[in-house]
Amino acid sequence: MPETLTKNIIDVNKIREEFPILKREINGHQLVYFDNAATTQKPKQVINAIKNYYELYNANIHRGVYSISAEADEAYSISKQKVKEFINASRAREIIFTRGTTEAINLVAYSYGRQNINEGDEVVISAMEHHANIVPWQVLCGEKKAKLVVIPINNNGEILLRDYEKLLNKRTKLVAVCHISNSLGTINPVKEIIQIAHDKNIPVLIDGAQAVQHTNVDVRELDPDFYTFSGHKMYGPMGIGVLYGKAELLEQMPPYQTGGDMISSVKFSGTTYNEIPMKFEAGTPNVEGAVGLTEAMDFIKTTGIENIREYEKELLEYASEKISMADGLRIIGTAKNKTSVISFIVNGLNALDIGILLDTKGIAVRTGHHCTEPLMDWLGIPGTVRASFAVYNTKEEIDYFIEALKKAIKILK
Amino acid sequence: MKTIDELENEIVDEFSFFDNWEDKYEYLIELGKKLGVFPEEERNDENKVRGCQSNAWLVARGNNGSISFIADSDSTIVRGLISLLIRVLSGQSPDDIVNAKLEFIDKIGLRQHLAQTRANGLASMIKQMKMYALGYKMKNESLTQDAP
Repeated sequence: MPETLTKNIIDVNKIREEFPILKREINGHQLVYFDNAATTQKPKQVINAIKNYYELYNANIHRGVYSISAEADEAYSISKQKVKEFINASRAREIIFTRGTTEAINLVAYSYGRQNINEGDEVVISAMEHHANIVPWQVLCGEKKAKLVVIPINNNGEILLRDYEKLLNKRTKLVAVCHISNSLGTINPVKEIIQIAHDKNIPVLIDGAQAVQHTNVDVRELDPDFYTFSGHKMYGPMGIGVLYGKAELLEQMPPYQTGGDMISSVKFSGTTYNEIPMKFEAGTPNVEGAVGLTEAMDFIKTTGIENIREYEKELLEYASEKISMADGLRIIGTAKNKTSVISFIVNGLNALDIGILLDTKGIAVRTGHHCTEPLMDWLGIPGTVRASFAVYNTKEEIDYFIEALKKAIKILK
Repeated sequence: MKTIDELENEIVDEFSFFDNWEDKYEYLIELGKKLGVFPEEERNDENKVRGCQSNAWLVARGNNGSISFIADSDSTIVRGLISLLIRVLSGQSPDDIVNAKLEFIDKIGLRQHLAQTRANGLASMIKQMKMYALGYKMKNESLTQDAP
């Protein structure tokens, strides 16, 4: 599909054909999957690639002298190369495979953090961070007697840039914020956030777990020092994720885990480490995950990230307008620049109850604090119901969801 | 006073009338709405039963060898589940409460249907009820033994 054609180019029925799980019936109804911010479903090409890998060329990589090991090795390298192209990094050695975003952030916190953050230093995060971008820094700050500083947000769920700028000072050693909020859908002005920090020589980590599947990410244009994301939220398999880091930083950082593959030479008297990215990939890598991720990136590329963005925007606008008509409903997260996430609460009703009733109709949404408990406290609510859309969702599904939601509200009131 | 078994069977019979989950939940919601008013002063951290996604509170009172329960939750469906537990366990002897197998939860299909995170709240409620019964029983036994 040529990428120059944008609007209305998505043939959603054709795309749905690629996702076998969408045919499932739940409680006698066809599955309506609206929990895409938690994980997306997988297209056939991802599922088949993993199956092929195990049926045809499963082998441990890096040290094999035989054919299938070389094939597996090549598939792993190709995947890294594709990731490099996907986020427009300059060098493939700046791409480290991890278990996911959580491990990628932990890697930076343990390696870079413990090397560079000391007593009295400050780490800046935002009020809308996922627990994965809070707890590693909290633990680090606790250990080092450093301070965790939180950028405030406004009532729409947008970062207050002026306040952010004021929070940065000589003690600030790192800024870590999400590209897109998982609970609210807010797209943060990360380019500005990075620029403001760089003007003061402060490095920046961007948690891109909710971004790469929705919008074009170009690390050379955005210029983050670290950028993290997960395969399973971008139509790929679980258990594989990416840490992009600038080579000059990665080279100076100590290993995060040690063992095989990350070494150059091991003697009982001491060990010399391998070069990046191998230095950060101890043990047998997730080849299956890498192979699946290659196909997930191919799916996004073939569909066209701009087409995905346009189509999901259409879904968001359609759903936002329709849902706001439901009795007593309030959308949480009304940023101007938003991705396809609708978080909401209904006056006097419990999110869990709404989620359970929607499930009886085959609709999968997430309820609760979405791993952003401090954000919920900040907003003064216990949790929300969250519907998050992907490229295979349809307006018909949204209609069905809103009817079911209205019925649930009626039953619970 | 009906036995725990008899009360469990009654519930299983009631739920057998519903052939789908929508109706079962509507019934639970109805039960939840009817659950008695919970005293505000008891809605404190001490009485809190922690579930993953909903808050619940439980108070137990021992009286003449039996235990009565009052409870509440911010989820109406959980309140419905609580009302079933109270119906079966409240007013029973500590021994019977401790030994109750509560098979009705499996028989009406609730355990399978409520995903693990949601079921956790229910499991901790049951555990808390049994702990109260056990505590009451041990306190009474020690009082009897201490008597001259």
